[in-house]
Amino acid sequence: MPLRIEIVSPEKRLVDRQVDMAVVPGMEGDIAAMPDRAPLMLQLRGGVVALYEGDKIVDRYFVGGGFADMGAEHCTILADSAQLMSELSADEARDRLRDLETTWAQIEPNDVDTHDRLSREIQSVRAELEAAGGDASV
Amino acid sequence: MPSLKELRGRITGVKSTRKITNAMKMVAASKLRRAQSQAEAARPYAEAMGRMMAELAAASRGSDVSSLPKLLGGTGKDQVHLVVILTSDRGLAGGFNANIVRSARQLIRTLQDEGRTVRLLPVGRKGADILAKEYPDLVVERVAGTEGRDVGFDKAEYVGKKIVSMLEAGEIDRCTLIYNRFVNAMSQIAIQLPLVPLSVAENDNVDTSADAAQYEFEPDEATLLANLLPRNLQVQIFSALLESAAGEQGARMTAMDNASRNASKAIDRLSQKYNRTRQANITNELIEIISGAEAV
Repeated sequence: MPLRIEIVSPEKRLVDRQVDMAVVPGMEGDIAAMPDRAPLMLQLRGGVVALYEGDKIVDRYFVGGGFADMGAEHCTILADSAQLMSELSADEARDRLRDLETTWAQIEPNDVDTHDRLSREIQSVRAELEAAGGDASV
Repeated sequence: MPSLKELRGRITGVKSTRKITNAMKMVAASKLRRAQSQAEAARPYAEAMGRMMAELAAASRGSDVSSLPKLLGGTGKDQVHLVVILTSDRGLAGGFNANIVRSARQLIRTLQDEGRTVRLLPVGRKGADILAKEYPDLVVERVAGTEGRDVGFDKAEYVGKKIVSMLEAGEIDRCTLIYNRFVNAMSQIAIQLPLVPLSVAENDNVDTSADAAQYEFEPDEATLLANLLPRNLQVQIFSALLESAAGEQGARMTAMDNASRNASKAIDRLSQKYNRTRQANITNELIEIISGAEAV
């Protein structure tokens, strides 16, 4: 297994191991990191990172946006926040989504930057909620 | 000559002081260990971020300064300086806060002598109290410190966003961060770190090997850079916060160790005085009794 995957959040390193392939949620679609791929720097959306050994997914992590640095032998994911899928809480995500949507309703319609940022955050939390098995259409 | 009762009282007083300083030393020591391991855990992210920044900066090098994001290229002016000052919320940490404030004062004076406008953003109560008294007009906002608890990334995020919003609004041109770098429990060094414009040369683990140069970017370099820069700023602030937190505990540990030792010395001195006084009293009584008996 020649690909070394690291998932680091600002506070700590969550994963540092060898896998065959990792599928990461890129801003413009999912991208698989495999051995011997050309170096790529990628912005991530909120979504699921799946780690493969052979054809099987061995672990899934949810990342709330961030960046990835891929190379021939490594894939480093700089996550804004990261959590093991099994530790996600749908209720907690739902609360956050509700808060964000309240803020969304209150901001100035002309404030493009805030809109942009909020919509990205909302997307990320929706993805988290979905990943946690909750209903995202609250 | 103080009476025996007074001396006894003072000895008990100093003893209880020693108990407190000793306990504070123990607490600081265990908090220091925590702070150090937290700083250790945060290092991989900062390092990876530094690598990516260096790559991106190299990729966008050669482009016009005015087209670069303000965080990297600056505003093109050099008039208004924002100074972010990290201090602790609590005292009893030796010269920890005084050091920082001295360094800040120096920087402020230099900048003002050069005719620049200075604005202050103190993080942590101790520094904020002193600076707000000395430079009440310069303080933009006071940010609460961590109050001795673990440093959360949200604090760095908040300060980072504040700096970016001021920069975007054209309120500041440059930004410098002053904090205590943790060397060991005995010593901390006050560091002045320029945050805006970013000096990428600060990242010393730049990988300049040939294969590192051919990166693809998705989305394009400019967008990626624009998104990565604020994050990088936050990461720098976060690691400074962690260093400062470790430094605070280290300084407090040393200060409390000294205080405990001083208290022990004071107790020895007082005990000796107490014993001497007691002995003198006994001798006096004896002399009185003997001379009384002789007189009969």
